[in-house]
Amino acid sequence: MSQKEPLFSSKIKNTFLGPLNKNNPITVLVLGICSSLAVTVQLKPALIMAISVTIVIGFSNLIISLIRNTIPSRIRIIVQLVVIAALVIIVDQILKAYVYDVSKKLSVFVGLIITNCIIMGRLEAFALGNKPWPSFVDGIANGLGYGIILIIVAFFRELLGSGKILGMTVIPDFLYKAGYENNGLMILPPMALITIGVIIWIHRSWNKTLIEK
Amino acid sequence: MENFFNILIKSIFIENMIFAFFLGMCSYIAVSKTVKTSNGLGIAVTFVLVITTPMNYLLNEYILKEGALKWIDLSFAEIDLSYLSFIVFIATIAAIVQLVEMFVEKFSPSLYNALGIFLPLIAVNCAILGTSLFMQERAYSSILDVIAFSLGSGIGWWLAIVSLAAIREKIKYSNVPAPLKGVGITFILTGLMAIAFMGFMGIKI
Repeated sequence: MSQKEPLFSSKIKNTFLGPLNKNNPITVLVLGICSSLAVTVQLKPALIMAISVTIVIGFSNLIISLIRNTIPSRIRIIVQLVVIAALVIIVDQILKAYVYDVSKKLSVFVGLIITNCIIMGRLEAFALGNKPWPSFVDGIANGLGYGIILIIVAFFRELLGSGKILGMTVIPDFLYKAGYENNGLMILPPMALITIGVIIWIHRSWNKTLIEK
Repeated sequence: MENFFNILIKSIFIENMIFAFFLGMCSYIAVSKTVKTSNGLGIAVTFVLVITTPMNYLLNEYILKEGALKWIDLSFAEIDLSYLSFIVFIATIAAIVQLVEMFVEKFSPSLYNALGIFLPLIAVNCAILGTSLFMQERAYSSILDVIAFSLGSGIGWWLAIVSLAAIREKIKYSNVPAPLKGVGITFILTGLMAIAFMGFMGIKI
């Protein structure tokens, strides 16, 4: 494998598209649910969370892949945690500086990106054994795969729970007058889990190969 | 002492780590296939929580917080190191998990065998870091309160994983729609359990 690979080969394409569908980190691999569900009450925090996580996964994959040959395997977990924690601190400071209200709403969940299992999982499974560029693509793609689910869940929770999208009311007035009510249950934590359950159901009825025995 | 029990009950039932904040979800879904293993993981998580959170509290109180360095010299009173808290907390947790692992291996091989592979995994369990971050955010006033909070969070997590495992053992015999099998139904089950736990919210403590 001494030949130089082109920047956008078909392998890279597969690396990129896999996490968006057949290897989705949330619905198929069931990773990284920890820090994600609580931020899906509204669309805006979910969007910002998705972007932050994508950036952290992409760059931690890149950095670990660059130094993969110098890390002793016994202390690799600590090295990985330090790289991730440093990136998360940068993201946290940026969020505090530019979008303070959202940063307050996300509270501890920005810090919890550190223990997001997707990041550790990708570092262990991909970055430690691959070159920097594919690792970076893999990280970004996994971040996007995570972000998509986050955004779908947040979209439905905000739409059905408070009748808004990105803070703007979208349910017309006459519907409220005709007796339509916002479903208050959608705002509460349990519905995030049930929404994800339903997404998994739909996803797996499309992709029969993913069905568990 | 009254405060101790209030915080304990509150963190077990009302602000349960799993059902109210979704912390530690990954291992919660992945390991809850049998009651026995989830019991082991629950004990391990509680154990590590009770050690790491008070430790992080002391670090936060005497090193990281704004003005916390006063005890060295008054001229340090303006230093605010709280932006370092993520890295300090996770380093403490990783180090303590490693220490606990070696300690348990040496002094109680039977417990070590029971906890097995779970101990190293705990370092990246969101519930552990989450409890430390909540501790920092809520600014508890004494170490006793922090111990109550960490113990309660641990027991709440343990309770949640064991009860889910018990349900999953039973559900193997039911006719779940094929695409929903495994992970899908587990999510919906957790959602339903969380709705049940919301019943505790009305309690005023």
